Amino acid sequence: MRFMLLFSRQGKLRLQKWYVPLGDQEKRRLGRELVQTILGRKAKMCSFLEWRDLKVVYKRYASLYFCCAIEEQDNELITLEVIHRYVELLDKYFGSVCELDIIFNFEKAYFILDEFLLGGEAQETSKKSVLKAIEQADQLQEVRAVYLPRPLIPLISQAF
Amino acid sequence: MPAVSKGDGMRGLAVFISDIRNCKSKEAEIKRINKELANIRSKFKGDKALDGYSKKKYVCKLLFIFLLGHDIDFGHMEAVNLLSSNKYTEKQIGYLFISVLVNSNSELIRLINNAIKNDLSSRNPTFMCLALHCIANVGSREMAEAFAGEIPRILVAGDTMDSVKQSAALCLLRLYKASPDLVLMGEWTSRVVHLLNDQHMGVVTAAISLITCLSQKNPDEFKTCVSLAVSRLSRIVSSASTDLQDYTYYFVPAPWLSCKLLRLLQCYPPPEDGAVKGRLVECLETILNKAQEPPKSKKVQHSNAKNAILFEAISLIIHYDSEPNLLVRACNQLGQFLQHRETNLRYLALESMCTLASSEFSHEAVKTHIETVINALKTERDVSVRQRAADLLYAMCDRSNAKQIVAEMLSYLETADYSIREEMVLKVAILAEKYAVDYSWYVDTILNLIRIAGDYVSEEVWYRVIQIVINRDDVQGYAAKTVFEALQAPACHENMVKVGGYILGEFGNLIAGDPRSSPLVQFNLLHSKFHLCSVPTRALLLSAYIKFINLFPETKATIQEVLRSDSQIRNSDVELQQRAVEYLKLSSIASTDVLATVLEEMPPFPERESSILAKLKKKKGPGVVPVSELEDGKREGGELNGGGDRGPDSAMSASNASTPSPSADLLGLRSAAPVSAAAPSAGSLLVDVFSESGAGGPAAAVNDDGFLRFVCKNNGVLFENQLLQIGIKSEYRQNLGRMYLFYGNKTSVQFASFSTTVSYPGELQSQLNVQTKPVEPLVEGGAQVQQVLNIECITDFSEAPQLNIKFRYGGALQNITLKLPVTINKFFQPTEMAATDFFQRWKQLSQPQQEAQKIFKANHGMDTEVLKAKLLGLGTALLENVDPNPENYVCAGVVQTKSQQVGVLLRLEPNAQAQPGVQMYRLTLRSSKDTVSKRLCDLLAEQF
Repeated sequence: MRFMLLFSRQGKLRLQKWYVPLGDQEKRRLGRELVQTILGRKAKMCSFLEWRDLKVVYKRYASLYFCCAIEEQDNELITLEVIHRYVELLDKYFGSVCELDIIFNFEKAYFILDEFLLGGEAQETSKKSVLKAIEQADQLQEVRAVYLPRPLIPLISQAF
Repeated sequence: MPAVSKGDGMRGLAVFISDIRNCKSKEAEIKRINKELANIRSKFKGDKALDGYSKKKYVCKLLFIFLLGHDIDFGHMEAVNLLSSNKYTEKQIGYLFISVLVNSNSELIRLINNAIKNDLSSRNPTFMCLALHCIANVGSREMAEAFAGEIPRILVAGDTMDSVKQSAALCLLRLYKASPDLVLMGEWTSRVVHLLNDQHMGVVTAAISLITCLSQKNPDEFKTCVSLAVSRLSRIVSSASTDLQDYTYYFVPAPWLSCKLLRLLQCYPPPEDGAVKGRLVECLETILNKAQEPPKSKKVQHSNAKNAILFEAISLIIHYDSEPNLLVRACNQLGQFLQHRETNLRYLALESMCTLASSEFSHEAVKTHIETVINALKTERDVSVRQRAADLLYAMCDRSNAKQIVAEMLSYLETADYSIREEMVLKVAILAEKYAVDYSWYVDTILNLIRIAGDYVSEEVWYRVIQIVINRDDVQGYAAKTVFEALQAPACHENMVKVGGYILGEFGNLIAGDPRSSPLVQFNLLHSKFHLCSVPTRALLLSAYIKFINLFPETKATIQEVLRSDSQIRNSDVELQQRAVEYLKLSSIASTDVLATVLEEMPPFPERESSILAKLKKKKGPGVVPVSELEDGKREGGELNGGGDRGPDSAMSASNASTPSPSADLLGLRSAAPVSAAAPSAGSLLVDVFSESGAGGPAAAVNDDGFLRFVCKNNGVLFENQLLQIGIKSEYRQNLGRMYLFYGNKTSVQFASFSTTVSYPGELQSQLNVQTKPVEPLVEGGAQVQQVLNIECITDFSEAPQLNIKFRYGGALQNITLKLPVTINKFFQPTEMAATDFFQRWKQLSQPQQEAQKIFKANHGMDTEVLKAKLLGLGTALLENVDPNPENYVCAGVVQTKSQQVGVLLRLEPNAQAQPGVQMYRLTLRSSKDTVSKRLCDLLAEQF
């Protein structure tokens, strides 16, 4: 995988993870262009598209788009499930995760992603193992995620 | 678990994020951010030592601000301090900051590496993992230097925790991808391969990504992984859906690992060991069988995971291309998906079938789905799916269905999305030519193309129809009649006027017997379009008119009248004026005999494959560079004919007048005039514009036509003659490269004793290392074989390696030698830098031998996008806003060789009006090594 982006329907980036070395300007430009391309697509369209020399796999959960840029030989469907597994991990960790959780606890979203994917490849696909690693880390620390008032729209309940 | 209980987090951070979210405008946001930045700066600078918590909070705020898209230029030191905290969260935030905001300050790097080293040796698995994640996220060369030796040890040590092993494997992968020269597996190889046997599924999942990457680079050293991968796969495939506990995903056992195992196997040919192969075939059959079983869950995750494995298995089957039974089963399975209600599956099925269509075993099976695919082209709502359908129709086309497919594509073109029209036009043109038995069908098809999608018909396409008409006298009369009819339309596309002008100029006499298309009617028809056309088309029409004077003496007075009018002879465009003057003069002073000789019918073009094919391939290939093939061709034409040497005064040479060639000067495509009065080479002008490759027929001399076209690109057709086509695809990383050569037998006859050798002229032997395995000695008719070259750049070099190809075709020995397009710039690593850095380095490289400069005439138009694409294709970073003159281009990169790295700066200064009508460039290269500057300068001076 080359990179992963999370962004809102308004096009605001909520998380960006780059697995290839690129300059900051280049990252911003690529991010902007790809976000526009995807927001320009209609609902119910195919989750895959060719974009530049990459394959892009994306899926919308409630207000948030999850989008991965993968290489020619990578598998589209399993990438779709990489996205889903990540959403499940966030959901389990935050308890019905919603976009605001990711905004206010962005660092957690990065930590969870690092346990699941490293260098763009699946490191640990077992949900229990990933969450155990995060939980252990949480026990080592005095404070946890910021509390947000419920109810908000949980991502996982609204996959598009 | 729900972990969100909880505590009061970093209250200040939450408040800040809320504030930002409440900002009503961008200005308000920036104001709030600046206030925060000032606050943080004063805290960091303040006398009071900050406690760990505050430091963490502020660093986290900086990170948030950076991720919003603002620049952050401080806080690195505080983040580094957090790394040595013994509080986990502080350390964690420190690492996150470092991972996201990598800084190249060397003092900082030393401190960071120190902290990482401490954590790696801490024996605390959570700390070790954090450190490994950081290395994997940054992946810089400095980190590779510091840790590439240590990490393999951690990976294979018996007492390393599983979670640490997983991180170590992927960390090593990232370092290997970035700095392969620094990661030496050597003694660890076999222990790493055996991680495939690890009891812990997570360890296998992580390790296999590393093994796959290493296998691609060193297939021999890792080949023992094949049997291990097969037995692992077999165990997973035959396990019940609950056996693997948490590695079962929606009732599918270990989908990620299965896909990766199948992917790893695609690095190798089918297993030679019969037992291993049998076991693997069994696995593949089981996977295909499972696709027919009722789903265990209605959830899309279940079917996605299951089908991910299925598609990967099909990829492997296609990769092997040796099991007809499996190929046909794969094809049938994909056929089912073509009509699936899930758009995603239809998309993937169309994509996957495209590769199946090229296998001889499954081509026929793919063809049976033609109606479904045509239907997809017509009814799919998503353009990306329709695109796949068009690709597949193209791939499954052969003589038996060409007429149907071309007709469907043409009718689709009328409503096709703008984004894919040009590509569709190319495809139609190629298919029409390739499968034309009846050339009147071909002419009709191309004229229809122009009618339906004239704007998208590139020059290659209409050049090609003319070339074919000229070469086939059985179609000339039909072509003349058809263009004449097409031109009757009140609004016809300019491309139609070009084709019409050219063809009537050559073959108008063939229809002149009919009073409805008498010479004067033909002329008046053409001339009625004249005023609506652009300058190049008008120039072409003027040439058609002079040809008319020769063909039909009765039109002479009328045409001279036209040429003499002020709007021609005093035209403000130099080219038009010159033509009018010269043609008028020629028609009045030359005798009929001279005129007949000078304006003789075009001689046939030597038969060659067209370049439209290459253009299409290029459009589809990775790293698309929007430089038209035509540009390459033009330059070739110029070189082959020595066009650049002659002055414009030879523009009126006999061949020029006799050759209303759309390829060269008539369209003003090239400033220098074509030369050589001999008719055959005049004819070849057009061919050279078309030609994708060098001389036709077997040749023993070194053919380097293709070579220069690959300086700024990596993929395309390197060579082609009537027998053989050689395509290349290459990729480079650091000082290593891999080139795939595809040898395609264009005939229906087997090539025997097919062999290739790579040789190194001059000193190249010690500078470049190219390794490859011999190819199969038999290449069946219509088949394509692949050869992989692994290339290592030892030190900088100027010569190109040569590839010699020998084979027997119908008893005759063919011998071809080509220059392989391996040039020093392929080993560039782009370097981004700011203007101040650039000019500072520029000044440092000011010794005369460090600089190479050339001033040369532009061979192509100075189109900004084309230039940028070429410079990016070169491999350097194109630096924006660096040169004070916005017209100039500056680039920077580092040439990576095994022995050293050579920093290179480049500056290209276009001068669009050096002299009236002449565009010039000044190209300057500076690098720390004189041979590098010189070689790059030589190579590049041929590219613009």
